[in-house]
Amino acid sequence: MSALPLLGAPDMARFVARGFLRFDAVVPAEINDQFLEEAGAGSYPEPGHGMLRTYMELLAGAQIPEVAPGTPLAAAYPQGSAVERLLALPLVQGAMRSLVGPDPAFDHHFLHVTFPPTYYEGGSSEHVSQHTHQDSTIDPSEGFDLQIMYYPHKVTREMGGTRFIPGTHLRRVSEVALGRYQNIAGQQHMVCEAGTLLFLHNGIWHGGGVNHSDRTRTMFKIRMNPSVPQVRQWDIATLPDAPAQRPIFFVKTSQPETVESILMTPEPWFEQDTGRLEFVNRIKLWRRLAGDPAFDADYWATRLENPARRPSA
Amino acid sequence: MRQKVLVLYLANSALDAPTVAWAVYDGTGETRPMAGDADTPPYRTGVDALKDGWRLFQAAQILPHSRGDEFDLAYLKYEFFFEKLAEAAA
Repeated sequence: MSALPLLGAPDMARFVARGFLRFDAVVPAEINDQFLEEAGAGSYPEPGHGMLRTYMELLAGAQIPEVAPGTPLAAAYPQGSAVERLLALPLVQGAMRSLVGPDPAFDHHFLHVTFPPTYYEGGSSEHVSQHTHQDSTIDPSEGFDLQIMYYPHKVTREMGGTRFIPGTHLRRVSEVALGRYQNIAGQQHMVCEAGTLLFLHNGIWHGGGVNHSDRTRTMFKIRMNPSVPQVRQWDIATLPDAPAQRPIFFVKTSQPETVESILMTPEPWFEQDTGRLEFVNRIKLWRRLAGDPAFDADYWATRLENPARRPSA
Repeated sequence: MRQKVLVLYLANSALDAPTVAWAVYDGTGETRPMAGDADTPPYRTGVDALKDGWRLFQAAQILPHSRGDEFDLAYLKYEFFFEKLAEAAA
């Protein structure tokens, strides 16, 4: 039994269904302050130098290490640095262990700073939000990478915030090919208190919101890869002993929250037919994370896999 | 005259199905729509856009599913392009 506060079945199911877990104001203020100091947030470049130069100066001034991809995450940050302390928090350790298993590898990180309108005055860059995209490239693998987005200061709606669309993570798309979709029903904007963490499946559709406030907005993202299969790495003691098929379609009373009910909750943007395929794909991911190839919810997989319907020998 | 373009993504292939995603592009330059600028759709359905004078000029095809790829999902499926022509400011 791990001493870490591992995620239980309901939170794991929520991650499988929606592609994110949000932890509000969980990073202590002293780590937030230390991070902002190390990021150079008190001395970001002044407006009037063009966005490219501004960003290059900002990155050069930040006391955040350059790290090669593939480095063990545990060795990526100097002892005592803000990010090392953040990653050592029990909640963070438990969630990382649950989602990507032990000894994840560092993939990349980035200091995302979104600037107020004054930085764009007289320049060639347009002050707009980032197109919605999925990070990296088309990803047909069965597992996933974890991305942690860290918000070291309070973010208001006026500051834009990270925009993301719950439940989009199982779609296999090619990065910003989906940039045409300006708005999607159910989209969320990260308006949060300082010290908030957003744990994302690498497939979630997202984009940076435009900053209409008069101060910069800072977010730090870390992507990590699993080094072992993501199978039963979480608190499996929270799994029901014998999950039963629940009645479907013709149901007379509301049913309690279960892994099945969480996995079968649609998103506002779901198309009526492909929403059912989303359910099937959630079942497939749950089977992997639970190490249970026979798992089903609401009979979607059982109906399709009925051995009586297989070709005869 | 300039073109304004409205893109609606509906819940199924019917024009009177509910809107699940949307985009607006304004060739007059009078507005600057962008990602994340609205959390509620401009029209409840595609038919509601027609009633407001938008002219449909393209609709997504309904294509069969390749054997073996039936459960792979990618882009939004029911995409409808509409236009309006508008005078541009001098």
